[in-house]
Amino acid sequence: MTPSNRPAHHPERTEDQSYRVSTVHAERIVYRRRQAIRSVLLAALSTAVLGTLLGVLVTGAPGWPRVRQSFFDLGIARKYLPSILEGLWLNIRLLLACAVAALTLGLLIAVLRTLRGPVFFPVRALATGYTYSFRGLPLIIVIYLFAFGIPGLRLQGTPSVTVLGGAAIVITYGAYLAEVFRAGIESVHPSQVAAARSLGLSYRQAMRFVVLPQAVRRVAPPLLNDTVALQKDVGLISLAGPIDAIRAAQIGVAQEANFTPYVVAGVLFVLLALPLIAITDWVTLRAARRQNAGT
Amino acid sequence: MLLSCTGVRKAFGSSVVLDNLHLDVDEHEVVALIGASGSGKSTLLRCVNLLTEVDDGVIRLDGEDITDPRADPDRIRQRIGLVFQSYNLFPHMTVLDNITLAPVRVHRRPAAEAREQALGWLGRVGLAEKAGSYPDRLSGGQQQRVAIVRALVNSPRLLLLDEVTSALDPELVGEVLTMIRDLKGEGMTMVLATHEMGFARQVADRVAFLDRGRVLEQGPPTQVLGDPVEARTRQFLARIIEAGRL
Repeated sequence: MTPSNRPAHHPERTEDQSYRVSTVHAERIVYRRRQAIRSVLLAALSTAVLGTLLGVLVTGAPGWPRVRQSFFDLGIARKYLPSILEGLWLNIRLLLACAVAALTLGLLIAVLRTLRGPVFFPVRALATGYTYSFRGLPLIIVIYLFAFGIPGLRLQGTPSVTVLGGAAIVITYGAYLAEVFRAGIESVHPSQVAAARSLGLSYRQAMRFVVLPQAVRRVAPPLLNDTVALQKDVGLISLAGPIDAIRAAQIGVAQEANFTPYVVAGVLFVLLALPLIAITDWVTLRAARRQNAGT
Repeated sequence: MLLSCTGVRKAFGSSVVLDNLHLDVDEHEVVALIGASGSGKSTLLRCVNLLTEVDDGVIRLDGEDITDPRADPDRIRQRIGLVFQSYNLFPHMTVLDNITLAPVRVHRRPAAEAREQALGWLGRVGLAEKAGSYPDRLSGGQQQRVAIVRALVNSPRLLLLDEVTSALDPELVGEVLTMIRDLKGEGMTMVLATHEMGFARQVADRVAFLDRGRVLEQGPPTQVLGDPVEARTRQFLARIIEAGRL
Protein backbone atom coordinates (compact mmCIF):
# COMPACT_ATOMS: atom_id res chain seq x y z
CA MET A 1 0.00 0.00 0.00
CA THR A 2 1.49 3.29 -1.06
CA PRO A 3 1.30 6.37 1.13
CA SER A 4 -0.66 8.26 -1.53
CA ASN A 5 -3.77 6.05 -1.47
CA ARG A 6 -3.74 5.30 2.26
CA PRO A 7 -5.75 8.29 3.49
CA ALA A 8 -8.73 7.22 1.41
CA HIS A 9 -9.30 4.10 3.51
CA HIS A 10 -7.30 4.64 6.67
CA PRO A 11 -7.31 8.30 7.55
CA GLU A 12 -4.73 9.20 10.19
CA ARG A 13 -6.61 9.71 13.43
CA THR A 14 -4.61 12.56 14.87
CA GLU A 15 -5.85 15.18 17.31
CA ASP A 16 -5.07 18.15 15.01
CA GLN A 17 -7.32 19.66 12.37
CA SER A 18 -5.64 17.86 9.49
CA TYR A 19 -7.96 14.84 9.94
CA ARG A 20 -10.61 14.66 7.27
CA VAL A 21 -13.31 12.07 6.88
CA SER A 22 -12.50 9.72 4.03
CA THR A 23 -14.84 9.57 1.05
CA VAL A 24 -15.81 6.01 1.96
CA HIS A 25 -16.86 7.05 5.44
CA ALA A 26 -18.58 10.23 4.27
CA GLU A 27 -20.77 8.02 2.10
CA ARG A 28 -21.59 5.81 5.14
CA ILE A 29 -22.63 8.89 7.16
CA VAL A 30 -25.00 10.03 4.42
CA TYR A 31 -26.47 6.52 4.15
CA ARG A 32 -26.99 6.21 7.92
CA ARG A 33 -28.67 9.61 8.11
CA ARG A 34 -31.05 8.62 5.32
CA GLN A 35 -31.84 5.35 7.15
CA ALA A 36 -32.52 7.22 10.40
CA ILE A 37 -35.05 9.56 8.73
CA ARG A 38 -36.73 6.60 7.10
CA SER A 39 -37.16 4.76 10.43
CA VAL A 40 -38.64 7.79 12.16
CA LEU A 41 -41.19 8.21 9.35
CA LEU A 42 -42.05 4.52 9.45
CA ALA A 43 -42.54 4.56 13.23
CA ALA A 44 -44.82 7.60 13.00
CA LEU A 45 -46.89 6.02 10.26
CA SER A 46 -47.39 2.67 12.00
CA THR A 47 -48.27 4.39 15.27
CA ALA A 48 -50.88 6.54 13.53
CA VAL A 49 -52.41 3.53 11.81
CA LEU A 50 -52.61 1.47 15.00
CA GLY A 51 -53.97 4.41 17.02
CA THR A 52 -56.71 5.12 14.50
CA LEU A 53 -57.67 1.44 14.37
CA LEU A 54 -57.94 1.19 18.15
CA GLY A 55 -59.89 4.44 18.34
CA VAL A 56 -62.37 3.28 15.71
CA LEU A 57 -62.68 -0.11 17.39
CA VAL A 58 -63.55 1.36 20.81
CA THR A 59 -65.68 4.36 19.85
CA GLY A 60 -67.38 2.43 17.09
CA ALA A 61 -68.45 -0.36 19.44
CA PRO A 62 -72.24 -0.58 19.88
CA GLY A 63 -72.04 -0.05 23.66
CA TRP A 64 -69.55 2.88 23.53
CA PRO A 65 -72.04 5.73 24.33
CA ARG A 66 -73.15 3.96 27.50
CA VAL A 67 -69.61 3.03 28.53
CA ARG A 68 -68.51 6.63 28.03
CA GLN A 69 -71.36 7.80 30.18
CA SER A 70 -70.71 5.43 33.07
CA PHE A 71 -66.89 5.41 33.02
CA PHE A 72 -65.81 8.79 31.66
CA ASP A 73 -68.31 11.28 33.08
CA LEU A 74 -66.36 14.52 33.51
CA GLY A 75 -68.86 16.06 35.92
CA ILE A 76 -68.71 13.12 38.30
CA ALA A 77 -64.93 13.00 37.97
CA ARG A 78 -64.70 16.63 39.03
CA LYS A 79 -67.14 16.11 41.89
CA TYR A 80 -65.25 13.22 43.49
CA LEU A 81 -61.68 14.23 42.68
CA PRO A 82 -61.17 16.10 46.01
CA SER A 83 -62.31 13.21 48.20
CA ILE A 84 -60.29 10.71 46.16
CA LEU A 85 -57.21 12.95 46.42
CA GLU A 86 -57.74 13.13 50.16
CA GLY A 87 -57.86 9.35 50.24
CA LEU A 88 -54.75 9.19 48.10
CA TRP A 89 -52.87 11.17 50.73
CA LEU A 90 -53.48 8.26 53.10
CA ASN A 91 -52.12 5.89 50.42
CA ILE A 92 -49.00 8.00 50.02
CA ARG A 93 -48.28 8.14 53.74
CA LEU A 94 -49.01 4.45 54.06
CA LEU A 95 -46.75 3.70 51.07
CA LEU A 96 -43.82 5.59 52.56
CA ALA A 97 -44.20 4.02 55.99
CA CYS A 98 -44.78 0.52 54.62
CA ALA A 99 -41.89 0.73 52.13
CA VAL A 100 -39.39 1.79 54.80
CA ALA A 101 -40.67 -0.77 57.30
CA ALA A 102 -40.85 -3.64 54.77
CA LEU A 103 -37.34 -2.93 53.41
CA THR A 104 -35.94 -2.87 56.95
CA LEU A 105 -37.77 -6.04 57.92
CA GLY A 106 -36.69 -7.79 54.70
CA LEU A 107 -33.04 -6.88 55.20
CA LEU A 108 -33.15 -8.00 58.83
CA ILE A 109 -34.74 -11.36 57.96
CA ALA A 110 -32.27 -11.93 55.10
CA VAL A 111 -29.30 -11.29 57.38
CA LEU A 112 -30.78 -13.53 60.09
CA ARG A 113 -31.11 -16.33 57.56
CA THR A 114 -27.39 -16.14 56.73
CA LEU A 115 -26.27 -16.43 60.37
CA ARG A 116 -24.29 -19.54 61.11
CA GLY A 117 -23.68 -21.42 64.31
CA PRO A 118 -25.90 -23.57 66.51
CA VAL A 119 -26.92 -20.65 68.78
CA PHE A 120 -28.77 -19.06 65.91
CA PHE A 121 -30.69 -22.18 64.88
CA PRO A 122 -34.06 -21.00 66.29
CA VAL A 123 -33.60 -17.54 64.75
CA ARG A 124 -32.74 -19.06 61.39
CA ALA A 125 -35.65 -21.48 61.57
CA LEU A 126 -38.10 -18.72 62.49
CA ALA A 127 -36.86 -16.45 59.71
CA THR A 128 -37.09 -19.27 57.17
CA GLY A 129 -40.56 -20.27 58.36
CA TYR A 130 -41.67 -16.66 58.09
CA THR A 131 -40.51 -16.18 54.49
CA TYR A 132 -42.04 -19.51 53.51
CA SER A 133 -45.47 -18.90 55.02
CA PHE A 134 -45.99 -15.22 54.25
CA ARG A 135 -44.95 -15.54 50.63
CA GLY A 136 -47.65 -18.15 50.21
CA LEU A 137 -50.40 -16.34 52.11
CA PRO A 138 -52.58 -13.97 50.03
CA LEU A 139 -52.23 -10.36 51.17
CA ILE A 140 -56.01 -9.94 51.42
CA ILE A 141 -56.25 -12.73 53.96
CA VAL A 142 -53.42 -11.27 56.02
CA ILE A 143 -55.15 -7.88 56.02
CA TYR A 144 -58.43 -9.46 57.13
CA LEU A 145 -56.73 -11.47 59.86
CA PHE A 146 -54.87 -8.44 61.19
CA ALA A 147 -57.58 -5.80 60.86
CA PHE A 148 -60.47 -7.90 62.15
CA GLY A 149 -58.73 -10.62 64.17
CA ILE A 150 -56.45 -8.54 66.38
CA PRO A 151 -59.13 -6.03 67.52
CA GLY A 152 -61.29 -9.06 68.31
CA LEU A 153 -58.86 -9.93 71.08
CA ARG A 154 -60.02 -6.75 72.86
CA LEU A 155 -56.54 -6.06 74.18
CA GLN A 156 -55.63 -2.73 75.76
CA GLY A 157 -54.01 -0.30 73.30
CA THR A 158 -54.91 -2.11 70.09
CA PRO A 159 -53.81 0.22 67.25
CA SER A 160 -56.21 1.52 64.61
CA VAL A 161 -57.26 -0.60 61.62
CA THR A 162 -55.05 1.55 59.40
CA VAL A 163 -51.97 0.63 61.43
CA LEU A 164 -53.01 -3.02 61.58
CA GLY A 165 -53.64 -3.11 57.84
CA GLY A 166 -50.28 -1.42 57.28
CA ALA A 167 -48.63 -4.04 59.48
CA ALA A 168 -50.22 -6.78 57.38
CA ILE A 169 -48.78 -5.20 54.22
CA VAL A 170 -45.34 -4.81 55.82
CA ILE A 171 -45.25 -8.40 57.00
CA THR A 172 -46.31 -9.79 53.64
CA TYR A 173 -43.93 -7.62 51.62
CA GLY A 174 -41.11 -8.12 54.13
CA ALA A 175 -41.15 -11.83 53.26
CA TYR A 176 -40.70 -11.09 49.53
CA LEU A 177 -38.07 -8.43 50.06
CA ALA A 178 -36.14 -10.74 52.41
CA GLU A 179 -35.77 -13.21 49.56
CA VAL A 180 -34.58 -10.47 47.20
CA PHE A 181 -31.99 -9.33 49.75
CA ARG A 182 -30.92 -12.92 50.34
CA ALA A 183 -30.40 -13.47 46.62
CA GLY A 184 -28.23 -10.35 46.62
CA ILE A 185 -26.20 -11.53 49.59
CA GLU A 186 -25.64 -14.90 47.98
CA SER A 187 -24.59 -13.29 44.70
CA VAL A 188 -21.53 -11.72 46.33
CA HIS A 189 -18.64 -14.06 45.56
CA PRO A 190 -17.20 -15.97 48.55
CA SER A 191 -13.74 -14.64 47.67
CA GLN A 192 -14.94 -11.22 48.84
CA VAL A 193 -15.70 -12.64 52.27
CA ALA A 194 -12.37 -14.49 52.26
CA ALA A 195 -10.55 -11.23 51.47
CA ALA A 196 -12.40 -9.40 54.24
CA ARG A 197 -11.76 -12.15 56.79
CA SER A 198 -8.10 -12.38 55.78
CA LEU A 199 -7.77 -8.72 56.77
CA GLY A 200 -9.02 -9.59 60.25
CA LEU A 201 -12.60 -8.39 59.84
CA SER A 202 -15.12 -10.37 61.88
CA TYR A 203 -18.05 -12.10 60.19
CA ARG A 204 -20.32 -9.24 61.18
CA GLN A 205 -17.89 -6.59 59.89
CA ALA A 206 -17.39 -8.47 56.62
CA MET A 207 -21.17 -8.58 56.22
CA ARG A 208 -21.63 -4.90 57.01
CA PHE A 209 -18.76 -3.35 55.09
CA VAL A 210 -18.18 -5.77 52.22
CA VAL A 211 -21.14 -8.05 51.50
CA LEU A 212 -24.23 -5.94 52.19
CA PRO A 213 -23.14 -2.80 50.28
CA GLN A 214 -22.49 -4.90 47.19
CA ALA A 215 -25.63 -7.02 47.67
CA VAL A 216 -27.96 -4.03 48.06
CA ARG A 217 -26.51 -2.33 44.99
CA ARG A 218 -27.06 -5.45 42.94
CA VAL A 219 -30.67 -5.99 43.97
CA ALA A 220 -31.70 -2.33 43.91
CA PRO A 221 -33.68 -2.76 40.63
CA PRO A 222 -35.83 -5.70 41.84
CA LEU A 223 -36.29 -4.03 45.22
CA LEU A 224 -37.60 -0.88 43.57
CA ASN A 225 -39.82 -2.99 41.35
CA ASP A 226 -41.35 -4.56 44.44
CA THR A 227 -41.87 -1.07 45.82
CA VAL A 228 -43.90 -0.23 42.70
CA ALA A 229 -46.04 -3.30 43.37
CA LEU A 230 -46.36 -2.23 47.00
CA GLN A 231 -47.54 1.18 45.82
CA LYS A 232 -50.73 -0.26 44.41
CA ASP A 233 -51.22 -3.04 46.94
CA VAL A 234 -51.37 -0.37 49.63
CA GLY A 235 -54.85 0.29 48.19
CA LEU A 236 -55.99 -3.10 49.49
CA ILE A 237 -56.15 -1.51 52.92
CA SER A 238 -59.55 -0.16 51.84
CA LEU A 239 -60.87 -3.69 52.48
CA ALA A 240 -60.29 -3.14 56.18
CA GLY A 241 -62.28 0.09 56.25
CA PRO A 242 -59.99 3.15 56.20
CA ILE A 243 -60.95 5.69 53.56
CA ASP A 244 -58.09 5.66 51.08
CA ALA A 245 -58.34 6.59 47.39
CA ILE A 246 -60.02 3.32 46.40
CA ARG A 247 -62.49 3.48 49.28
CA ALA A 248 -63.31 7.13 48.46
CA ALA A 249 -63.87 6.15 44.83
CA GLN A 250 -66.05 3.25 45.90
CA ILE A 251 -68.24 5.60 47.91
CA GLY A 252 -68.61 7.81 44.82
CA VAL A 253 -69.45 4.81 42.65
CA ALA A 254 -72.14 3.73 45.09
CA GLN A 255 -73.66 7.20 45.35
CA GLU A 256 -73.76 7.97 41.63
CA ALA A 257 -74.23 4.45 40.25
CA ASN A 258 -71.36 5.41 37.92
CA PHE A 259 -67.87 3.95 37.60
CA THR A 260 -66.05 7.18 36.79
CA PRO A 261 -64.58 7.59 40.32
CA TYR A 262 -62.74 4.26 39.87
CA VAL A 263 -61.21 5.52 36.64
CA VAL A 264 -60.14 8.72 38.43
CA ALA A 265 -58.53 6.71 41.24
CA GLY A 266 -56.85 4.44 38.66
CA VAL A 267 -55.36 7.40 36.81
CA LEU A 268 -54.11 8.88 40.08
CA PHE A 269 -52.44 5.58 41.03
CA VAL A 270 -50.67 5.45 37.68
CA LEU A 271 -49.49 9.04 38.11
CA LEU A 272 -48.23 8.17 41.58
CA ALA A 273 -46.33 5.18 40.22
CA LEU A 274 -44.70 7.02 37.31
CA PRO A 275 -41.85 8.66 39.24
CA LEU A 276 -41.08 5.41 41.06
CA ILE A 277 -41.08 3.48 37.78
CA ALA A 278 -38.82 6.09 36.19
CA ILE A 279 -36.38 5.79 39.10
CA THR A 280 -36.46 2.00 38.82
CA ASP A 281 -35.65 2.16 35.11
CA TRP A 282 -32.83 4.61 35.71
CA VAL A 283 -31.28 2.52 38.49
CA THR A 284 -31.60 -0.65 36.40
CA LEU A 285 -29.95 1.01 33.43
CA ARG A 286 -27.13 2.32 35.57
CA ALA A 287 -26.62 -1.10 37.15
CA ALA A 288 -26.54 -2.75 33.72
CA ARG A 289 -23.98 -0.22 32.49
CA ARG A 290 -21.80 -0.82 35.51
CA GLN A 291 -22.08 -4.57 34.97
CA ASN A 292 -20.98 -4.19 31.37
CA ALA A 293 -18.05 -2.00 32.37
CA GLY A 294 -16.59 -5.02 34.20
CA THR A 295 -16.25 -5.73 37.87
CA MET B 1 10.73 -19.81 64.30
CA LEU B 2 7.84 -17.71 63.02
CA LEU B 3 5.69 -20.33 61.37
CA SER B 4 5.71 -24.07 61.81
CA CYS B 5 3.38 -26.57 60.22
CA THR B 6 3.50 -30.07 61.66
CA GLY B 7 1.67 -33.07 60.25
CA VAL B 8 -0.96 -30.92 58.53
CA ARG B 9 -3.70 -32.84 56.77
CA LYS B 10 -6.62 -31.57 54.74
CA ALA B 11 -9.01 -33.61 52.65
CA PHE B 12 -11.96 -32.49 50.55
CA GLY B 13 -14.21 -35.52 50.42
CA SER B 14 -12.07 -38.43 49.31
CA SER B 15 -9.27 -36.32 47.81
CA VAL B 16 -6.44 -35.69 50.26
CA VAL B 17 -4.94 -32.30 49.43
CA LEU B 18 -2.48 -31.95 52.32
CA ASP B 19 -1.06 -35.18 53.68
CA ASN B 20 1.13 -35.06 56.82
CA LEU B 21 2.80 -31.86 55.63
CA HIS B 22 5.73 -30.32 57.52
CA LEU B 23 7.06 -26.85 56.84
CA ASP B 24 8.94 -24.34 59.02
CA VAL B 25 9.56 -20.70 58.21
CA ASP B 26 12.01 -18.49 60.11
CA GLU B 27 11.58 -14.80 60.69
CA HIS B 28 12.72 -12.67 57.69
CA GLU B 29 12.77 -15.79 55.54
CA VAL B 30 11.16 -16.03 52.12
CA VAL B 31 9.90 -19.47 51.18
CA ALA B 32 8.62 -20.25 47.70
CA LEU B 33 6.14 -23.11 47.33
CA ILE B 34 6.31 -24.73 43.93
CA GLY B 35 4.50 -27.73 42.54
CA ALA B 36 1.89 -28.75 40.02
CA SER B 37 -1.70 -27.50 40.17
CA GLY B 38 -3.53 -29.38 42.89
CA SER B 39 -0.35 -30.13 44.85
CA GLY B 40 -1.78 -28.23 47.83
CA LYS B 41 0.04 -24.86 47.67
CA SER B 42 -3.09 -22.68 47.87
CA THR B 43 -4.77 -24.96 50.40
CA LEU B 44 -1.73 -24.71 52.67
CA LEU B 45 -1.83 -20.89 52.53
CA ARG B 46 -5.57 -20.88 53.25
CA CYS B 47 -5.03 -23.22 56.21
CA VAL B 48 -2.33 -20.94 57.64
CA ASN B 49 -4.72 -18.01 57.35
CA LEU B 50 -7.51 -20.12 58.91
CA LEU B 51 -9.79 -19.63 55.93
CA THR B 52 -9.76 -23.41 55.68
CA GLU B 53 -9.86 -25.65 58.74
CA VAL B 54 -7.21 -28.37 58.96
CA ASP B 55 -8.30 -31.98 59.43
CA ASP B 56 -5.25 -32.82 61.48
CA GLY B 57 -1.87 -31.46 62.55
CA VAL B 58 -0.70 -28.27 64.20
CA ILE B 59 0.16 -24.86 62.76
CA ARG B 60 2.06 -22.51 65.07
CA LEU B 61 2.57 -18.78 64.61
CA ASP B 62 5.15 -17.31 66.99
CA GLY B 63 4.83 -20.52 68.98
CA GLU B 64 1.05 -20.18 69.42
CA ASP B 65 -1.10 -23.05 68.17
CA ILE B 66 -3.41 -21.26 65.76
CA THR B 67 -5.20 -24.46 64.75
CA ASP B 68 -6.54 -24.80 68.30
CA PRO B 69 -10.34 -24.42 67.99
CA ARG B 70 -10.26 -22.21 71.10
CA ALA B 71 -8.02 -19.67 69.34
CA ASP B 72 -9.76 -16.55 68.01
CA PRO B 73 -9.35 -16.60 64.23
CA ASP B 74 -10.04 -12.88 63.81
CA ARG B 75 -7.22 -11.98 66.18
CA ILE B 76 -4.79 -14.40 64.50
CA ARG B 77 -5.61 -13.19 60.99
CA GLN B 78 -4.71 -9.69 62.06
CA ARG B 79 -1.10 -10.87 62.19
CA ILE B 80 -1.14 -12.60 58.81
CA GLY B 81 -1.54 -10.89 55.45
CA LEU B 82 -2.91 -12.84 52.49
CA VAL B 83 -2.82 -11.75 48.87
CA PHE B 84 -4.97 -13.64 46.41
CA GLN B 85 -4.40 -14.65 42.81
CA SER B 86 -7.56 -12.77 41.78
CA TYR B 87 -6.74 -9.61 43.88
CA ASN B 88 -10.21 -9.65 45.54
CA LEU B 89 -10.31 -5.91 46.00
CA PHE B 90 -13.71 -4.64 47.17
CA PRO B 91 -15.29 -3.26 43.98
CA HIS B 92 -17.63 -0.83 45.78
CA MET B 93 -14.80 0.96 47.56
CA THR B 94 -12.12 3.30 46.31
CA VAL B 95 -8.50 2.19 46.42
CA LEU B 96 -7.99 4.28 49.55
CA ASP B 97 -11.05 2.82 51.31
CA ASN B 98 -9.94 -0.70 50.39
CA ILE B 99 -6.64 -0.06 52.13
CA THR B 100 -7.93 1.75 55.21
CA LEU B 101 -10.89 -0.57 55.93
CA ALA B 102 -9.00 -2.98 58.20
CA PRO B 103 -6.78 -0.40 59.96
CA VAL B 104 -9.83 1.67 60.85
CA ARG B 105 -12.39 -1.05 61.57
CA VAL B 106 -10.20 -3.85 62.93
CA HIS B 107 -7.20 -2.07 64.46
CA ARG B 108 -9.26 0.96 65.54
CA ARG B 109 -6.75 3.45 64.23
CA PRO B 110 -7.81 7.07 63.65
CA ALA B 111 -9.11 7.52 60.09
CA ALA B 112 -6.77 10.42 59.31
CA GLU B 113 -3.71 8.48 60.42
CA ALA B 114 -4.75 5.37 58.43
CA ARG B 115 -5.31 7.60 55.41
CA GLU B 116 -1.86 9.18 55.71
CA GLN B 117 -0.23 5.77 55.97
CA ALA B 118 -2.20 4.42 53.00
CA LEU B 119 -1.28 7.42 50.85
CA GLY B 120 2.36 6.98 51.87
CA TRP B 121 2.30 3.36 50.72
CA LEU B 122 0.50 4.23 47.49
CA GLY B 123 3.15 6.86 46.79
CA ARG B 124 5.90 4.33 47.37
CA VAL B 125 4.46 1.90 44.84
CA GLY B 126 3.69 4.65 42.33
CA LEU B 127 -0.10 4.61 42.68
CA ALA B 128 -0.64 7.88 44.55
CA GLU B 129 -2.91 9.30 41.86
CA LYS B 130 -5.15 6.20 42.01
CA ALA B 131 -6.19 6.68 45.65
CA GLY B 132 -9.68 7.88 44.72
CA SER B 133 -10.25 5.44 41.85
CA TYR B 134 -12.40 2.34 41.97
CA PRO B 135 -10.68 -1.01 41.35
CA ASP B 136 -12.30 -1.49 37.93
CA ARG B 137 -10.37 1.54 36.66
CA LEU B 138 -7.03 -0.13 37.44
CA SER B 139 -4.98 -2.60 35.44
CA GLY B 140 -4.43 -6.07 36.89
CA GLY B 141 -0.92 -5.19 38.01
CA GLN B 142 -2.13 -2.03 39.72
CA GLN B 143 -4.96 -3.92 41.44
CA GLN B 144 -2.55 -6.53 42.71
CA ARG B 145 -0.17 -3.89 44.07
CA VAL B 146 -3.12 -2.28 45.87
CA ALA B 147 -4.05 -5.70 47.27
CA ILE B 148 -0.50 -6.13 48.60
CA VAL B 149 -0.58 -2.67 50.18
CA ARG B 150 -3.97 -3.52 51.70
CA ALA B 151 -2.37 -6.52 53.41
CA LEU B 152 0.75 -4.58 54.46
CA VAL B 153 -0.92 -1.66 56.25
CA ASN B 154 -1.96 -4.09 58.98
CA SER B 155 1.76 -4.64 59.70
CA PRO B 156 1.49 -8.42 59.46
CA ARG B 157 4.15 -10.70 60.95
CA LEU B 158 3.79 -12.95 57.95
CA LEU B 159 2.71 -12.30 54.38
CA LEU B 160 1.18 -15.10 52.31
CA LEU B 161 1.12 -14.64 48.54
CA ASP B 162 -1.03 -17.05 46.55
CA GLU B 163 0.12 -17.05 42.91
CA VAL B 164 -0.15 -13.29 42.85
CA THR B 165 1.06 -12.94 39.27
CA SER B 166 -0.86 -15.84 37.69
CA ALA B 167 -3.81 -13.70 36.57
CA LEU B 168 -1.62 -10.92 35.15
CA ASP B 169 -0.64 -10.13 31.59
CA PRO B 170 3.07 -10.90 31.12
CA GLU B 171 4.09 -7.24 30.84
CA LEU B 172 2.43 -6.46 34.19
CA VAL B 173 4.13 -9.25 36.15
CA GLY B 174 7.33 -7.25 36.61
CA GLU B 175 5.81 -4.40 38.62
CA VAL B 176 4.34 -6.81 41.16
CA LEU B 177 7.52 -8.86 41.44
CA THR B 178 9.58 -5.69 41.99
CA MET B 179 7.33 -4.83 44.89
CA ILE B 180 7.79 -8.27 46.47
CA ARG B 181 11.55 -8.01 46.00
CA ASP B 182 11.51 -4.66 47.83
CA LEU B 183 9.56 -6.26 50.69
CA LYS B 184 12.18 -8.94 51.01
CA GLY B 185 14.77 -6.19 51.27
CA GLU B 186 12.86 -4.83 54.25
CA GLY B 187 12.92 -8.19 56.00
CA MET B 188 9.27 -9.20 55.53
CA THR B 189 8.66 -12.88 56.19
CA MET B 190 6.85 -14.33 53.20
CA VAL B 191 5.49 -17.62 51.96
CA LEU B 192 4.61 -17.47 48.29
CA ALA B 193 3.03 -20.03 46.06
CA THR B 194 4.30 -19.40 42.56
CA HIS B 195 4.67 -20.65 39.02
CA GLU B 196 7.43 -18.12 38.30
CA MET B 197 10.52 -20.29 38.75
CA GLY B 198 12.86 -17.50 37.72
CA PHE B 199 11.39 -15.28 40.39
CA ALA B 200 11.49 -18.03 43.02
CA ARG B 201 15.18 -18.44 42.24
CA GLN B 202 15.83 -14.69 42.68
CA VAL B 203 13.80 -13.87 45.73
CA ALA B 204 13.39 -17.05 47.78
CA ASP B 205 15.77 -18.11 50.53
CA ARG B 206 14.31 -21.56 50.27
CA VAL B 207 12.20 -23.39 47.70
CA ALA B 208 9.81 -26.13 48.82
CA PHE B 209 8.49 -28.54 46.21
CA LEU B 210 5.01 -29.77 47.07
CA ASP B 211 3.83 -33.06 45.65
CA ARG B 212 0.66 -34.93 46.57
CA GLY B 213 0.13 -32.80 49.64
CA ARG B 214 3.63 -33.13 51.11
CA VAL B 215 6.86 -31.17 50.98
CA LEU B 216 8.82 -33.65 48.91
CA GLU B 217 11.99 -31.65 48.68
CA GLN B 218 13.20 -28.31 49.99
CA GLY B 219 16.42 -26.34 50.05
CA PRO B 220 18.19 -23.34 48.55
CA PRO B 221 16.76 -22.35 45.15
CA THR B 222 19.95 -23.23 43.30
CA GLN B 223 19.83 -26.76 44.63
CA VAL B 224 16.09 -27.50 44.30
CA LEU B 225 15.71 -25.79 40.93
CA GLY B 226 19.17 -26.58 39.55
CA ASP B 227 20.02 -29.98 40.95
CA PRO B 228 16.94 -31.63 42.44
CA VAL B 229 17.36 -34.90 44.33
CA GLU B 230 13.88 -36.31 43.83
CA ALA B 231 12.76 -37.79 40.54
CA ARG B 232 9.34 -36.12 40.77
CA THR B 233 10.92 -32.70 41.24
CA ARG B 234 13.00 -33.31 38.12
CA GLN B 235 9.89 -34.34 36.17
CA PHE B 236 8.04 -31.25 37.31
CA LEU B 237 10.90 -28.94 36.38
CA ALA B 238 11.29 -30.65 33.02
CA ARG B 239 7.64 -29.91 32.25
CA ILE B 240 8.13 -26.30 33.31
CA ILE B 241 11.16 -25.93 31.06
CA GLU B 242 9.21 -27.48 28.22
CA ALA B 243 6.52 -24.83 28.72
CA GLY B 244 9.20 -22.15 28.56
CA ARG B 245 8.63 -20.86 32.09
CA LEU B 246 12.12 -21.35 33.55
